[in-house]
This record gives sequence, structure tokens and C-alpha cells, in this order.
Amino acid sequence: MISTIQAWSPRTLAEAYQLLTREQGRIKVLAGGTDLMVALHARTECPPAFLNVWPLAELRGITETNESVRIGALTTYTQLMRSTPVQHHAPILVEAAGVIGARQIQNRGTLGGNIVNASPAGDTLPVLAVLEAELEIGSSRGTRLVPFNAFYTGYRRTVLAADELLLAVILPKRRPPEQQYFRKVGTRQAQAISKVVMALRLQQTQPGRVDFIKIAFGSVAPTVMRAPLTEALLQNQTLSPARIAAAREQVMAEVQPISDVRSTADYRRTIAGNILARALYELGQRN
Amino acid sequence: MEIHFEVNGKACQVETPPMKRLLDVLREDLRLTGTKEGCGEGECGSCSVILNGEVVNACLVPACQVEASTIITVEGLADGGRLSVVQQAFLEHGGAQCGICTPGMLLAATAFLEENAAPEREQIKAAIAGNLCRCTGYMKIIDAIAAAAGSRLERAD
Repeated sequence: MISTIQAWSPRTLAEAYQLLTREQGRIKVLAGGTDLMVALHARTECPPAFLNVWPLAELRGITETNESVRIGALTTYTQLMRSTPVQHHAPILVEAAGVIGARQIQNRGTLGGNIVNASPAGDTLPVLAVLEAELEIGSSRGTRLVPFNAFYTGYRRTVLAADELLLAVILPKRRPPEQQYFRKVGTRQAQAISKVVMALRLQQTQPGRVDFIKIAFGSVAPTVMRAPLTEALLQNQTLSPARIAAAREQVMAEVQPISDVRSTADYRRTIAGNILARALYELGQRN
Repeated sequence: MEIHFEVNGKACQVETPPMKRLLDVLREDLRLTGTKEGCGEGECGSCSVILNGEVVNACLVPACQVEASTIITVEGLADGGRLSVVQQAFLEHGGAQCGICTPGMLLAATAFLEENAAPEREQIKAAIAGNLCRCTGYMKIIDAIAAAAGSRLERAD
């Protein structure tokens, strides 16, 4: 019952670390609540206690260094959309934030929450996968950096230890002429959980010639996934119609979708191929 | 736990379980029943309130996260007997039918017009994308918000 669930609201990061260490997994970290409050109300989740990190100023704010942009874990989707450094260096993160829920969700939901909630359908996750973000993780034992692409170990499983907290996301700065592309397919434009979501980074040395490409998908595997075989097929190649058709076939073989309440495996597989092909055509022409 | 916050300009103090939904604190503890529960899972926007200047779903905010915050509910829009510009526009343009989505629509529109005084129609649609209405077909609601934007600008001149 909700009335018996405790919530600790630490005032400092040090206090939060102490509680996490003391409670060892009996405490669930609560950020903006847009997933957890739904689970709590539906009684699909009922931990004995929550650690309410929402008041922690240490987990907020967006700062820049020469090479990177550091985004505090509690940064909301609305704050991401309004951030000049994020708009400049990660326009696909702004796009992803803008298609999550609608205003009400964007004002509460956080980047850190999207990551730690570990849903395979999290819309920012393919973006972080292609940006090759790093995650700053802290505990009373110290701070460590984990590559985003090594964070998930299985369906809804991560490398976070019971005493650890996600502090920030670190994005490398964009170096032009790198192109970025994002596409979400859901039932409607707002308030929809993705059937398929894709992010892509591409650099062309000369028009139509792939210098590097990074492709990631959400909602088509137990975790967010990169598509390394498809990336390899395109690396150093020309974006010809035949090559794009081959990439489409390859990516359809590479994704591992399931059928569930939102979509079917067949639909997801087809759409993954189609949106990749379309992205490659568009980006090839834009350069 | 005891929480302290401001609702519609009035200081409030409530003794509540920390994970109780703001929606229930408003309706049960403060008897502000203008805030409606629709889906209870952040999909429909019926329970929208303005929290520290931003529209949020009151069903997704636990009591422990509103300490020291400022909240506006539909009861706080009118100034005494005088309707707000947005309320007046909804009345004049038939922006309400059954009324369940109306408080949430009013608050989403109010928060939106604070940050975008002269919106395009497409921007209005995006601003209420998180508020579902099963009666009006949205056209009259969008008309009302556009008219409210116009009246606000006139009033500011």
C-alpha cells in the first residue's frame, strides 16, 4: 500500500550515498516519477522505500568543457530541449526529448531516469548509444565512468551496484560535418511508447561516401542495441541504392524484436529496415 | 510526513504519506476537487496542475516532491468572481463539453501562454498534446486558446 511506503529525501549527495549503502538494494531511487508512479499505482512495483533524489542540486545542471557536454542525471526533457549546448552538439537528443510523452511528462521525466529505468523502449537510449556517451556513476566508494554502450547487461538489467547512483551523462562534442538523425515510430505523435526508435550518426568525407556511421535501435531487442553488422556493411562504402538496399536487409536480420501489446515482431523488423533506408537516402542527398 | 507548500496563493501544511499522489493530496486533504483523475497513469492530462510554473500530471507527483513548491489548480485561475482570460475564452468558444478534461486543458493552456504569448496553431496543438478530450474534437479548445492569446496581447497593449 502506498500509505506504508517510506521515502527518504536526502539533502546532500553524501547523505544519499549513506542511505544507499545502508539499505543495500531495499531502496529504489526516485527521480521525476513518470515511470515509477505509474508502476506504484498499478502495483507492478512496490519497494519498501524510495530514495527521493529530486531535491539534490548536485544532480542538476548542464556544463561544457572543450571536448564534452556534461548533463546532470536529473535534467528534465524540457531542460534538454532548451539547452543551447545540447541543441548544438546533440540535436538528436533534443528531438528524442521532444517526442517523449507531452509537456507534462517532459517537465518531470529526466534523462537519468530514462537510463536507469532501463526500458528497451526508452527514447533517449539509442541516441546515447550512437553518441557513445559516458555515464558518471557515484557511491560512497568513489566515482567511475562507464561507457553507455556497456551499461545494460540484459532486459532491464544494468551494471549499477546497489549502493551506486547515476550522477551525469557525458556527451562528446559534435565535430562538423557529422550528421545526426533520429526517428521514432509510435501509434501517434505524442503520448506514445515507441514501436521502433532509431538514432544514427554519419560522417561523409565526400558526398555519399561513408566515413563513419553509428546506428542504434530501441524497442527491437531486450535492451537498446547498436547494429554493428549493418554499420560494418556501410563503412567506407558509397550510399548507392544497392548498398542501401543491402543495409536494409542486414538491419532486418540484425534486430531481434518481439510481438507485444504495442506491435508485432514482423512490423518492427520491417519498419527498422524502412526507417534506416529512408535515413540513408535523406542523409546521402543532404550532403 | 509533514509537507509545506503553496496552493493558489495560500500556504498549506499537510500530514501525508510521502508517496501519496499530489492528485489525492489536493482532492482528499485540501478538498480541491476541481483537479480530475482520468487515467491515473500520466496519459490523459486530466489531473494537470501548474507546479512551480510548469504543467505536470498530479497523478505522477508524490507528496514528498512538492515540499516548498508553488501549485496552481483550476480553483486558482479565477480572480474572485472574475474568470481568467483562458477560462473566459473557453466559455465563449464552447471549449468545454462534459468537463472532465477542462481543468487540465485550462492549466496546460495557461502555463503555455505564459511562455508563448503569440502562438501558432500548431504550437497550441503541441502544447495540449498531453491532454485528451473525448467530446469536443479539439477544434473549439484550440480556437479558445488562440482567442485567449489574442485577448492577453490586447490587454498587455
